[in-house]
Amino acid sequence: MSLTAFSHGPSGVSAEPAAQKKSRIVWFLLLPGLVYLVLFFITPLISLVITALKEAPPGAFIGEYVTALRWENYSEVLSLYGEHSIRSFVYAAAATLIALAIGYPLAYFIGVRLRPYPLWQSLALVLVIAPFFISFLLRTVAWKQLLADEGFIVGTMKAWSILPPDTHITGTAVSVIFGLAYNFIPFMTLPLYSSIERLDLRLLEASNDLYAGAFTSFRKITLPLTMPGIISGTLLTFIPAAGDYVNASANFLGSTSTTMIGNVIESNFLVLQNYPHAASMSLILMSAILVLVSAYVFKSGTDDLL
Amino acid sequence: MNKQNLPEDPIIRELVQHARAAQISRRALLGGAFGGAIALSLAACAPGEQALVAAEDISDSDPTVNWANWPLYLDEDDAGNHPTLDAFTAATGITANYLVDVDDNNSYFAKVKDQLALGQDIGADAVCLTEWMVSRWIRRGWTQEFNLDNIPNHANVVDTLLNPDFDPGRMSSLPWQGGFAGLVYNSDLVTEPVVSVADLWREDLKGRIVVLSEMRDTLGVMMSSQGVDITKFTADDFYNALDEVEARVTDGYIRNIKGNSYSEDLVSEDALAGIVWSGDITVLNLEAGYEKWKFVLPDSGGTFWNDTFMVPIGSPRKTNAEKLINWYYDPAIAAQVAAWVNYVTPVNGAYEEAIKIDPALAENQLIFPNADTLSQVSIFRSLSDAEENEFQAAFQGVLLG
Repeated sequence: MSLTAFSHGPSGVSAEPAAQKKSRIVWFLLLPGLVYLVLFFITPLISLVITALKEAPPGAFIGEYVTALRWENYSEVLSLYGEHSIRSFVYAAAATLIALAIGYPLAYFIGVRLRPYPLWQSLALVLVIAPFFISFLLRTVAWKQLLADEGFIVGTMKAWSILPPDTHITGTAVSVIFGLAYNFIPFMTLPLYSSIERLDLRLLEASNDLYAGAFTSFRKITLPLTMPGIISGTLLTFIPAAGDYVNASANFLGSTSTTMIGNVIESNFLVLQNYPHAASMSLILMSAILVLVSAYVFKSGTDDLL
Repeated sequence: MNKQNLPEDPIIRELVQHARAAQISRRALLGGAFGGAIALSLAACAPGEQALVAAEDISDSDPTVNWANWPLYLDEDDAGNHPTLDAFTAATGITANYLVDVDDNNSYFAKVKDQLALGQDIGADAVCLTEWMVSRWIRRGWTQEFNLDNIPNHANVVDTLLNPDFDPGRMSSLPWQGGFAGLVYNSDLVTEPVVSVADLWREDLKGRIVVLSEMRDTLGVMMSSQGVDITKFTADDFYNALDEVEARVTDGYIRNIKGNSYSEDLVSEDALAGIVWSGDITVLNLEAGYEKWKFVLPDSGGTFWNDTFMVPIGSPRKTNAEKLINWYYDPAIAAQVAAWVNYVTPVNGAYEEAIKIDPALAENQLIFPNADTLSQVSIFRSLSDAEENEFQAAFQGVLLG
C-alpha cells in the first residue's frame, strides 16, 4: 500500500484518490504517536479525574477509596493547601524572572557578540548545556552542601557582615528560588539563543542611524524580535518550576516552610495515601498553569510565535 | 453489595473474588456517570470483608525463597555475596533470592497492597517491614501464621520483644533488626553535651536542629519528654507533643524534618543536633573515623523500633520462609549479621557469640543493649486505622508547613 501511495505524486493524474491515500498514510504514520498519547496521557488523565472524585467508605483502611462524586475533595485541598499553591506560583515566577535576567544577556552574548566566532559560539552553547551531563539531583545536593551553614559561601558572607550571624540560607525561600532558577537557566537560555541568533543586526545599525539610543533600539527592535524566545523560555521555565518538588523538598534545598504543590501531592500520594486529594491537587495545578499560560500567551499576542 | 459466603476451594474462591472485583469496577463506572446513589451502595461493600485464605504451600516441590528487605541490611562480602545466606542455601538446599525491594514502609505498602487485599502472591515469601506496618498487615489478615515446628529457634527471641500488642507470642511475625531513636549532637561544634530533649531548644542550637519525618520516632521522643508513656498514650498526649513540635518549627528551633537524608544535614553541619536513629550514627562515625557524633538516649527515654519478618498471605513457600527465619534466629548466624549491619539484634545468645567474633562489638550498646539500656527505651503503641489516618495527616500538616 505504501509503495503505490508513494508512486503517486501530488501532481498525479487522479488527484483525489492520491490525496486520500496520502491522508491514510499520514494517519498510519501518526498512529504510534496517537497510541502513545492515548495510553500515556489520555488514560492517566481520565484515571486522575476519576480518582479526584473518589471517597473513603466508612471504616476504610488507609489508601482505600471507592468511586464517587465527592466534589468536596477540591474544596478541601484548596483550603488545606491554598497557601502552598500561591507559594508555588510566586516561587516559580521569581525563579523565571531571575533565569530571564541571567539567561537573556547570556544568550545575547552568545548569539550576537560571538557571532563572528562560530567555534567559540558552539563552545559557549556546549557550556550552557554542560550541567545536564550530571544528574540535576546531584547538582542540587551539591548546592545544598555549598550553601551549608558551615560552608565557605555562608561563612564568607557572615564574615563580611553581608549576612547576620544567626541566619542561614538552606531551607529558606532564598535557596529554593535560587535552586529553581539555577536548574532552569539552560531551559531559558536555549530558546532565547535560538531567537536572538536570528536577530538581523542591520536593523540595529539602521536604528542607530536614525538616532535611536541604545535603550530605544533595544526596546523597539531587539525586544520585539526576540519575543518568541522570551515567551518560550519563560514557559519552559515557569511550567516545570511551578510543579517542581525537588528543590523545595526538605531533602534538598527546602524545609517545612517552603513546601510547594509538588511536595503536597507527593506527601498525599506516598505518605498519606490520600489519592483523591493528590489527584484533585494535580488537576488544580494543571488547570491553574493552563489558565495562567493561556492568559500570558493571549496577552503577549503571540499565537503565531508558538 | 450482597455478602454471600465464598466457596471453600481456594481457586474457585479466587475466581469469585476476581469476578466481584470486576463487578465493582463496572459499577464504579456507573457511579462515576450517574452520581452518588450508586456510589453509596458501593460504599457498603468496603474491601477487606472476606477473610483471606493463605496460599497452598508448594515448598516441598519448589525449594526457593524470596526475601524482600531494606538496603544494607544483610552481611555482604566484597563480591556482593551474602555469606550467611549462602550458608543457608548450603545447609538446607533452599535457593534464596534476596530482594532489596523495601525503601520506605509506605511506598512498599502502596506497591503491594492491592495484591495482598486479593490474597495474591506479591513475589516475596518473607518481608521485613517496621513493626507499625507489620501490625497493619496482621490487622488485615495479610500474613500467614507460623508453623513453629519449622522454627525451633523461635524460642531465641528476646523476652522484651516476645509479646507486642499486635502479635502476642509472635505467632506470625519475628523481629529482624531493631534500633533506637534518640538524640545526637556534633561533639566537635557543640561543647555542652545534649542529654535531654530540653537541651535541643538551647539558644546555641537554635535553627540547627533536625528531627525525623518518621512520626512514631519524633513524636515518641517528644511525648516521652512530656512525661507520657508511649506504650499507652492518648490522642491528647499526641496532639500536645505535636503542638510542641509545630511551635519549635515556627519559632525557628527545628530547622528541618526529614527521613534518611537527615544524615546529610549532620555531615554538612547545617544540623548540629537532633532526633535521629542509632544505626545511622554508628555508620557516620565509622566514616568519620572517630566518635564525632554522639548518640544519646534522652533522660526521658527514647523509642525502640524493629523491622520484622512476616510471611505474606499469598506466599506459596511458607515452609521455606520459616526455615529462613529459623536460620537467622540461630545465635551464631545472628551475631555474624549484627557484626555487619550494626543494628540491635533480637536473638538471645547472639551476644555470647559476638564476644567470640569481636568483644568490642558485643559491648556496643547500640547493637547489644543491656537491660539498663533497654529500660531507657519504649515501643510506640500500635495505632488503629482511624488513629493512623488522623495522626499521620496531622503530622504531615506540620511537615508541609
